[in-house]
Amino acid sequence: MRYADTGFDLEIDLTRGSIEKVANDAKTSEMYLGGQGAAAKLLWDRVPPDTDPFSPDNLLIFSTGILHGTPVPSANRTCVNCFSPQTNLMSHSLFGGFFGPELKHAGYDKIILRGKAPDLVYLYIDNDKVEIRDATHLRGMGTAETGDVLKKELKDQKVQVAAIGLAGENRVYMASIDHNHASAARGVGVVMGDKRLKAIAVRGTKDVNLARPAELFDIALKMNRKIAESSGCGDWMAVDEDDSFHHNHFSWGNARVRRKNFWSKELQERWTRWKYDHMDRQTGCYNCPKKCRNVINWPGRKRFGYKCFGKDTYHMAAFLELDFTYEILGVAQEYGVDSYATPQVIAFALELLEAGILHESDFPGMPADTKGRFFHLLDKIVRREGIGDILADGVSRAAQRIGNGAEKYDHNTVKKFEQLPIKLGKLNPAFFLMIATGEKMSITQIEGSFPQDPLPTPGERQEFVNKWAAVPDEKFKKYFLEWEKRNDMPVQATCDIVEWNEAMHYIDDSTGICGFVSSFRGQFGGDIAYHMNNLPQILSAATGFEMSKDKLWKTAQRIRNLVRAINVRRGLRRKSERPPEDHWAIRNEEYEQGLLSKYYAFKGWNMDGIPTREKLESLDLGYVADDLEKREILKVEEKVSA
Amino acid sequence: MNASLSAKIVKEIRVDIDKCTGCRACEMACSAFHAIPRYSSVNPSKARIRVVSDELNDEYVPIRAGDYTPSECNGRHIYTIAGKQYSECSFCGASCPSRDYFVEPDSGLPLKCDMCECVPPLEEPMCVQVCGTDALTYVEREVERDAKRQPTRGEMEEGIESLVKKYGMQAVMKTLAQMSKGAKS
Repeated sequence: MRYADTGFDLEIDLTRGSIEKVANDAKTSEMYLGGQGAAAKLLWDRVPPDTDPFSPDNLLIFSTGILHGTPVPSANRTCVNCFSPQTNLMSHSLFGGFFGPELKHAGYDKIILRGKAPDLVYLYIDNDKVEIRDATHLRGMGTAETGDVLKKELKDQKVQVAAIGLAGENRVYMASIDHNHASAARGVGVVMGDKRLKAIAVRGTKDVNLARPAELFDIALKMNRKIAESSGCGDWMAVDEDDSFHHNHFSWGNARVRRKNFWSKELQERWTRWKYDHMDRQTGCYNCPKKCRNVINWPGRKRFGYKCFGKDTYHMAAFLELDFTYEILGVAQEYGVDSYATPQVIAFALELLEAGILHESDFPGMPADTKGRFFHLLDKIVRREGIGDILADGVSRAAQRIGNGAEKYDHNTVKKFEQLPIKLGKLNPAFFLMIATGEKMSITQIEGSFPQDPLPTPGERQEFVNKWAAVPDEKFKKYFLEWEKRNDMPVQATCDIVEWNEAMHYIDDSTGICGFVSSFRGQFGGDIAYHMNNLPQILSAATGFEMSKDKLWKTAQRIRNLVRAINVRRGLRRKSERPPEDHWAIRNEEYEQGLLSKYYAFKGWNMDGIPTREKLESLDLGYVADDLEKREILKVEEKVSA
Repeated sequence: MNASLSAKIVKEIRVDIDKCTGCRACEMACSAFHAIPRYSSVNPSKARIRVVSDELNDEYVPIRAGDYTPSECNGRHIYTIAGKQYSECSFCGASCPSRDYFVEPDSGLPLKCDMCECVPPLEEPMCVQVCGTDALTYVEREVERDAKRQPTRGEMEEGIESLVKKYGMQAVMKTLAQMSKGAKS
């Protein structure tokens, strides 16, 4: 009997219309867990590296975390993976809510989609009844609207729906997959649209079984209380109305302009009023005691929910205020677009117009005011009309298509993906490595366990480490105690910290646990619920696998290196591992490349960022080394180079 | 206290729908607690508490499974509360044929909240324990009742009348006769 896992995947071929329920391998679960780990294994095994993301052979995989459907609180983030046409690399995406646990209860660990439907369809899963159904009546509908219509049509309010909007239907590269006011961004909505899959509706009423249930339930109860009570868990932006951090330190417009004294007390009071006058409530995801999502009912708009920095991106790109975000965000979510990348694309287009690279004639019918322009361009993008058709490919590819110097305005992407609008003075070595080598594309998916900033006095540092339960190794306490200046950290410590930060995300994205109670949140306060010291027992009690700290660490490294190999096989090399040139004002190419080389060596990668055979074999990935050698990506007998 | 009055403890789960976040931890915990053996599996569709939710209507109402009723509602009220419309179903805990709530998904048998009664007793029902926002709270309230109070003649007649209506006078008489014989022997 399988515990925590269901032991089955759903294999859907949208071209042929075939549906199969296929048993998966317990050993694979033990080696790669669920979520991104399990999906990476499938993408490696089944999608040849020369597969075009728009090919029917590209897989779109919805995977549950291995802890979904167990009593473990806050394990609810569904992982979506495929190859992205924007980056041509593996897309990594997550969304919160209820979908993954519901899929587990329907009896499946994953939905693996291949092929392309002849016209718009949706997938209906009701336990063992699985059908590909006509969705032409849903064409053009918003994401939440689609969910609402399907629930009514299926006469079941408990159906969980993940849907694309107009953006996904029209293969916009920034398209998201939305579910219950949660969004999966970074390259998956476009592929869902390409497969002509409008939505997946899932309902499940089966048991999820557990290996050591009483022990696990007892831990879960304690975790529930810990998460509910700890201010070190959850999204502090849901409760803290002082958002000077993002507004004074992040860049506005097309990630270019700092407004260091933007925030004021008067503004904070006004914005707080806007929020609370229009907020219905705060909601949470499945089995999580936190309430990170603010549900806003703005006059003349549909209800929508947002969390975290999603509240800032539109008005910061437009040099406006929070009321503008409240006006446009719900509309954008119904269209189904990434609220991090999309405002930057629009700001980029307006910057090109101002610079004379694009002309008024490229924007026929565009209003003169900023608000109007954002709404207009959003509409053009999701419909792929006029200039919107070019912008819909994202900043980097749009700049290439526009040419005429537009490339210079593509200054905030890495590996062709829009980054957070952060522009700072002095280089931070850990962040340099995370942004350069990260393959989850956004820094929020890479950073997070080690604090962002040192504490000023030795006494405060000592107090912090005394309470620091999350450290996987005592050396991190030493690093923190000795750390005085933000950007000054010894190389060995930097490498260790980057590896730890990253490892926690690779674990969360395979267990399904939310970063706000684990991987992302430790950097702000340290008091998170899940970490290397308690996850082994939790995983073992849920799944029955023997798990230890060492084994879990190795699992994280195995998944991380497999993802790297997948991308290496598709052409990822050292030359693309560059943070935006203006991310920091002061740069030193020689130092940075030296640091990168040291990190590669630390990771067991060669000087082109490719995992060596020795490294791969140490992670039970000998088959990966064989393949890389066969393709002559790795030279035979290449060892770790220093 | 009057000697003829005794205290009865009434157990209540109070619901503050303004505080509900819709997370359904209550469903998860209820299903685990009532799994046999206890905690051996999780399945919210077997829970005796359900969060009726409609995100577009901003509606989040946890309801507990109450009595089984074999009949469908003859028309349902729609309530408008603070500008939002709620179907009567949003507040009704009945296990009924009008909807699939509170029915064991495999056997079709009705489910009913038992306030997690067990030995030794829980401090609070499991759903209340996992509610992180105090949308669910547990209250034990003492109510007085008259221990010596006998049913009135009218009340007894009403009861017997309904039995007669259902099974016929003869069957009821026969049962009463049998019962009285049983009592003698």
